[in-house]
Amino acid sequence: MNADRLNPTERPLVLENARVVDPSRDLDAPGSVIVANGLIVAAGPEADAAARPEGAEIVDCRGKVVMPGLIDMRVFVGEPGAEHRETFASAGQSAAAGGVTTMITMPDTDPVIDDVALVDYIARRTRDTTLVRVLPMAAITKGLKGREMTEFGLLREAGAVAFTDGRHSITNALVLRRALTYARDFGALVMHHAADPDLTGSGVMNEGETATRLGLSGIPREAEIIMLERDLRLAALTRGRYHAAQISCAESLEIIRRAKKAGLSVSCGVSATHLTLNELDIGPYRTFFRLSPPLRSEDDRQAMIEGIADGTIDVIVSSHDPQDVDTKRHPFAEAADGAVGLETLLAAALRLVNNGEATLSAVARALSTRPADLLGLPGGRLTEGAPADLILVDPAMPWICDGEKLRSRSKNTPFEGARFEGRVLRTIVAGRTVYEYAAD
Amino acid sequence: MNALKASPAAVFAHRHLLGIEGLLPEEITALLDLAEQAVEVSRQVEKKKSVLRGRTQINLFFEASTRTQSSFELAGKRLGADVMNMSVGSSSVKKGETLIDTAMTLNAMNPDILVVRHHAAGAVHLLAQKVGCSVINAGDGAHEHPTQALLDALTIRRHKGPIHDLTVAICGDILHSRVARSNIMLLNALGARVRCIGPSTLLPKGLDRLGVEIYTDMRRGLKDVDIVMMLRLQRERMDGSFVPSTREYFHFFGLDAEKLALAKPDALVMHPGPMNRGVEIDSAIADGPQSLIRDQVEMGVAVRMAVLEALAQNLPNG
Repeated sequence: MNADRLNPTERPLVLENARVVDPSRDLDAPGSVIVANGLIVAAGPEADAAARPEGAEIVDCRGKVVMPGLIDMRVFVGEPGAEHRETFASAGQSAAAGGVTTMITMPDTDPVIDDVALVDYIARRTRDTTLVRVLPMAAITKGLKGREMTEFGLLREAGAVAFTDGRHSITNALVLRRALTYARDFGALVMHHAADPDLTGSGVMNEGETATRLGLSGIPREAEIIMLERDLRLAALTRGRYHAAQISCAESLEIIRRAKKAGLSVSCGVSATHLTLNELDIGPYRTFFRLSPPLRSEDDRQAMIEGIADGTIDVIVSSHDPQDVDTKRHPFAEAADGAVGLETLLAAALRLVNNGEATLSAVARALSTRPADLLGLPGGRLTEGAPADLILVDPAMPWICDGEKLRSRSKNTPFEGARFEGRVLRTIVAGRTVYEYAAD
Repeated sequence: MNALKASPAAVFAHRHLLGIEGLLPEEITALLDLAEQAVEVSRQVEKKKSVLRGRTQINLFFEASTRTQSSFELAGKRLGADVMNMSVGSSSVKKGETLIDTAMTLNAMNPDILVVRHHAAGAVHLLAQKVGCSVINAGDGAHEHPTQALLDALTIRRHKGPIHDLTVAICGDILHSRVARSNIMLLNALGARVRCIGPSTLLPKGLDRLGVEIYTDMRRGLKDVDIVMMLRLQRERMDGSFVPSTREYFHFFGLDAEKLALAKPDALVMHPGPMNRGVEIDSAIADGPQSLIRDQVEMGVAVRMAVLEALAQNLPNG
């Protein structure tokens, strides 16, 4: 499995004079990181005095941040089935440039990833073509139809890191109950998109004044809240490991908080887009802002930020969803949901840090350590023996997002022309540099 | 350009008319003033003007409409334009052609003005971004239908005088109605008091934030209003059960003599058409002395002439 790939041939690497951020041990201090054989040998202040491996490349980081590479728990890729939107190779390039060293891919492909052979296919397909690690989530139900369970045990042995029906919600409570119960035997995480399709109806954006002004049908917050409440009851009933893929409403935060307090194994994510944009950004029917869950109000956005700052929200995802002109150049109500986000994930999340709304450690934890812990991965930390998946970041470097320059095959970014502070200078996967920033 | 009359272009400096939202009160008034002149032109034996001579106007209707399309056609012809009607039914869409493809095809024919109706909100905005000519929104989904609101305002003004003193009740299926949205924007811009009356299932969320008073009891809502504006119950748009039956709907929200008696004695009744007689309006009211429904049709042509003329003056080489 490529999560364990070693790199004995790669030249050792020493990152000196860095600000080392390792959320796994609450470290944010000056120091060094030493890498050899694709693994971390030492990191932090203590690594300054440690012996340098022979023949190592020494990099003076000039005080810039070294942190674990991002583990993005929600990435839609077009392969197999929609390669014109994205391949593993193009997604990998995009990820590397965005500081994402592990993409957790969604099973919503054609064919659906609901069979051992398809998990094998992804491992083989990505081994040679993709710059970063790719770990698939497999479908909870066959064909994402919400009825029959897939072979959790065999899929897990083949390398599926968790189970999800991707964009689909499982409306049948009995099916989700059984999935949570059965997954528990394998310690597997069940990730669910909590959005009631009936309440969502023909809705295409957040319900309220803005939707009414635009003449668009709204999606009430209750589509998320009611499904989430139900799911957490099932999590309590089954004691299974439940993860809400993406929450978007202030009230959802309260629900998660309560469940965690009650001791349930419950976690949740939010997209960087929902942390930085709100429904008003849709403006004159801009379809790149059509997302699922939809962009909500400013109050909801503020609540999401609070959730990251206090740790109620576990992970920040890109929810990278490449869509092309064939699905986006339509009237808003007829366009597809989704936005690309691998390359802007870190920069968007760093807005919270630059605005003083969350610490760098809190944001880095939600982007690396927490997803690794939830999925049982060895990465997401800068500790001895951990895989050398790390990034060098200048958290203050200003840049402007140019959609045409994104490495993804699809250019549907909601951040076209956006000003960011914070850029990845170097991305290292298993000790090998897969991306280096070069000024345009 | 006619130098003798006040230039509408000086007041109305827009390339497109995509909605009422965003228009200034003086821009709306300028269009209504221009429409008054068009009414006179339309009542002469010789109904032609030449402001659009040599210009090409394409009416692009993705949704069937008899009255709006013919009204725009007549308006264009009275101003001397070459008018072409294109009804893009489902056929092109079924063949996979997108809205943008259609727009680019039409753009290559170099029209000066494109009049567009589409079933999706925002579709006309999208088109306006992609074509090189002026675009008029003839109705997009549940968003706006600006010329309908303008013709309603013109009709009201000719019968009641200044709009800012009036109370107007908009009744029925507000949720699916672009006519309601445009009218709310316009009547508010001109200072009228606007009420919305309908069952809660047909009132969109956040409607109260648009500056209207909301009533779910039609009898209370109609009290002392000057204008009763009925909306078509858009049964074809309904993807769920919003009201249990047309019989029940008529009982509570259909305009009949008894309910109309609660409005001011000189209250006037309007309907954008086409009407569902016996569903939202009683035939006796629709054809009765308080009805302005036929006036609205006449004003429709005049308002569309005014809009075409105002935009024409902003066309390149105009």
